[in-house]
Amino acid sequence: MSSLLEVEELNVWFDLPHGGTLHAVQGVSFTLDRGERLGLVGESGCGKSTTVLGLLGLLPPSAELSGRVLLDGVDILAGGEESVRPHRWVDLAIVFQGAMNALNPVQTVQAQIAEALEVHGLASGRAARARVGELLESVGIPRERGERYPHEFSGGMRQRAAIAMALACNPSVLVADEPTTALDVMVQAQILELLDALCRDFGLALLLVTHDLPVVAQLCDRSAVMYAGEIVEHGPVDALFHDPRHPYTRLLFAATPDLHANGAPVSIPGAPPRLDRPLVGCPFHERCDRAFGRCTLERPLLRGLGGERAAACHLNDVPAGVV
Amino acid sequence: MSMVFQEPGLLSGTQPIRTLRGSLWKVIRGQPSATIGAFILGSFIVLALLAPWVAPYGLHEQVGPVYGHPSWSHPLGLDDGGVDMVTLLMWGARISLVVGFAATFVSIVIGGTVGLLSGYLGGKTDSVLMRITDYFLAIPDVPLMIVVAAIWGPSLTHIIIVIGVLLWTGTARVVRAQVKSIRERVYVKRARSLGAGNVRIVVRHVLPQIAPLLIANTVLTIAVAIFDETALAFLGLGDPSRISLGKVIENAFQRTAITSGAWWAIVPPGAAVALLILSCSMIGRAMEDALNPRLKAAHLSARSFRLRPLVGRGKDAV
Amino acid sequence: MSSNGRLLEVDDLVVHYPIPRGLFGSAARRPQQVVRAVDGISFSLERGELLALVGESGCGKTTTAQTVLRLVEPVSGRIAFDGTDITTLPNRALRPLRKRMQIIYQDPYESLDPRLSVRATIEEPLLIHHAGGSKRERAELARDALERVELTPPELFLGRYPHELSGGQRQRVAIAASIVLGPELLVADEPVSMLDVSVRAGVLALLDRLRKGGLGILMITHDLSTAARFADRIAVMYLGRIVEEGPAASIVDDPQHPYTKALLSVVPRRDPRERSRPQILKGEAPDAVRIPPGCRFHPRCPVAIPDCREIDPALEPAGSGHGHRAACILAG
Repeated sequence: MSSLLEVEELNVWFDLPHGGTLHAVQGVSFTLDRGERLGLVGESGCGKSTTVLGLLGLLPPSAELSGRVLLDGVDILAGGEESVRPHRWVDLAIVFQGAMNALNPVQTVQAQIAEALEVHGLASGRAARARVGELLESVGIPRERGERYPHEFSGGMRQRAAIAMALACNPSVLVADEPTTALDVMVQAQILELLDALCRDFGLALLLVTHDLPVVAQLCDRSAVMYAGEIVEHGPVDALFHDPRHPYTRLLFAATPDLHANGAPVSIPGAPPRLDRPLVGCPFHERCDRAFGRCTLERPLLRGLGGERAAACHLNDVPAGVV
Repeated sequence: MSMVFQEPGLLSGTQPIRTLRGSLWKVIRGQPSATIGAFILGSFIVLALLAPWVAPYGLHEQVGPVYGHPSWSHPLGLDDGGVDMVTLLMWGARISLVVGFAATFVSIVIGGTVGLLSGYLGGKTDSVLMRITDYFLAIPDVPLMIVVAAIWGPSLTHIIIVIGVLLWTGTARVVRAQVKSIRERVYVKRARSLGAGNVRIVVRHVLPQIAPLLIANTVLTIAVAIFDETALAFLGLGDPSRISLGKVIENAFQRTAITSGAWWAIVPPGAAVALLILSCSMIGRAMEDALNPRLKAAHLSARSFRLRPLVGRGKDAV
Repeated sequence: MSSNGRLLEVDDLVVHYPIPRGLFGSAARRPQQVVRAVDGISFSLERGELLALVGESGCGKTTTAQTVLRLVEPVSGRIAFDGTDITTLPNRALRPLRKRMQIIYQDPYESLDPRLSVRATIEEPLLIHHAGGSKRERAELARDALERVELTPPELFLGRYPHELSGGQRQRVAIAASIVLGPELLVADEPVSMLDVSVRAGVLALLDRLRKGGLGILMITHDLSTAARFADRIAVMYLGRIVEEGPAASIVDDPQHPYTKALLSVVPRRDPRERSRPQILKGEAPDAVRIPPGCRFHPRCPVAIPDCREIDPALEPAGSGHGHRAACILAG
């Protein structure tokens, strides 16, 4: 049985204003099954937001894409904007980064959610309002509040409204880009609980994009770690923490403070490489604590390690002659 | 290993403009409109400066008949006094530019100060100064200039002051808005928490930030000042002892250039004024656009992304 | 450097922001409403100690940080820096004290004037306070400050401008500019929340090293995990009050106040296997204009009893740690 969403070799290049290109996403591939939660993790500039925007065909004209995005087996990117648009919001919906601050200040929340329904021809007028009421209740906002304006909502409620908007057309995949980054920890917990419930109740597949590892550890089943535009490791979240197979994964966890863990978090020295120049060797080798000769010369490929795990690191290669 | 990092994800290497000279030069070189404008304005300034030495004939020297036709020796003909038009234009531009720059200077000093105090101090000072600004804004400029010039008497100094005193409101508003926003920047708050006094903060942190925009505003103000002077001179309120471009046009009008069919007495000075104003506008607008960082947004767009056809696979995928 | 008294002592501090009524409101004589941002807090900080002030947005932690440095004026209360009462000290007298207490801000991209080089930024405090002697001595101090924040070799950074530095480097430059005068107190307002995770630990470790050198640090943060790992003591704020304070380990392992307990339970953990039962409170904190009567937390408290509506509890000793106190009638 094929996965609900399959991304194959997604590449994104940006034209730079003074010439040259930035290779922001480099051969990203992953799958997402129905009802599954995948966490796309990485720090700023790693390409995770660009990846999901590319999925939905929402990149600006200065971007060039290649690769396939298979939704139920059909490549939706193949025909450009024309083939992506019918699926946007209806099959693949997204809660953008900072969506809670992007609500139209002069429209009631209700009207904005209804707009999603009207644009896709799913309902209008009274039927739309009724549906909006349902959606608001499903995200924990009392129906009547829909008649208010965004500025009358708190941050957490605005985020819920943004989620309701994303669910308007009953998508099968929900992409959430940093959904809790600007929120207090208690409100974050509420939103994560909401996403958890929505996935269970509506059978949604969730693609969670975030830099916050503990959030992924709490909410997701699987995770893909991105660095310098590519996925360096992916697998079940549990395995990633207890048995990381890429130094960056390991070091990233080590740099993350935890409430009850012993020992102080440790920084990773250096900074990610520039993506407007061709890379030689492993993109992480300059910062890696276990790099060796081969790492400076040859770029490691993402290799399967069995049990739905994969990592792009030479340390995982079984030396010749050993079974 | 280089320790200089490009912020990961920074797509365009937009560098903040650090030196004043740098910013002006960069804009002029970068934008075609500004380059042309600078060239035109520059030419006028050079010609006007060198007028006493470069003008082909004397300013009051009659070298031919009244409204003499354009000819090889007089490409733009002669005016009603038989004076060579080219000479007149060069001398006229001189006065127009002097008034333009001087009045602008007055205006920028007043407007800049008002805007700075208003934006930086806020509160009651801000309210009072802004009410005064509104008052000046509400007064129609040219009629008031006419009245004042008529009453006070026409002299170059009076004209300069009158124009300057009525032109500063635009600058004040622009400066105030910028100062207000800079004041809230974290590094200004930091400076204050370090114990820096107001003077230091203004000189070190605020002024350098508003300088580029102030320059853009200055250039645009010059355009308006030249126009105002021309208008006043045309209405007969200019300094009678000095010839500005407006005066040249006024003379032509008063002395029947039109009925005589002497288009060369009216069109060239008019065109010269228009070119001066236009060139200042072009430079000023280009600077404003360059200094406005918000105009560079390019996120979602009606045009769609570009798709590169797949030619074989890159890496092994799982 | 005198050593009488604590480095910083705050007593019953109150900071209110009036809400502008507008012309109509004033004319109609509507009662002046205030935001009670800080509503009576007391704490102290010793030299070489890192106190983390934690809480959600609107709890008053940032206001507290700014008031302690007199960047915001308190309504009442007492602030004592090294034994000197600075609550109402006029600006002139305050200026020399500013050398000894500094602040670093959250946003590394906005903290530095984009037009000033790193050298100019670091030397500015010296110029403001006429410290550092000759040009050469100032340059020496600047170089020294860069070394202390681990931006080495310093020569490489002195001539750079902010846009040429990463976020972590900018924050280090801001720290360097703050320590060049040799302060005794450093207020750090969310010093790492805008930095990448892999960079945060380094900056926090730097602050820790400075702390060991005798610097007293008041750190404002919303991140309990960071506070747990780097602070000596933690004070939890809610709606303008400190509801619990004590040694970091004691607070994290043995919380006494229901709010603290709930907060700690919802902090996500690194280890996927450690999914403790989160106690998610309903709704969000009310705004600081209409503060509930009695215990201000009672409307959201999962264990509130009728008395909580009447009694506004004070901080009382609770829990096991030394100096561990909680403001709850059910604690201890």
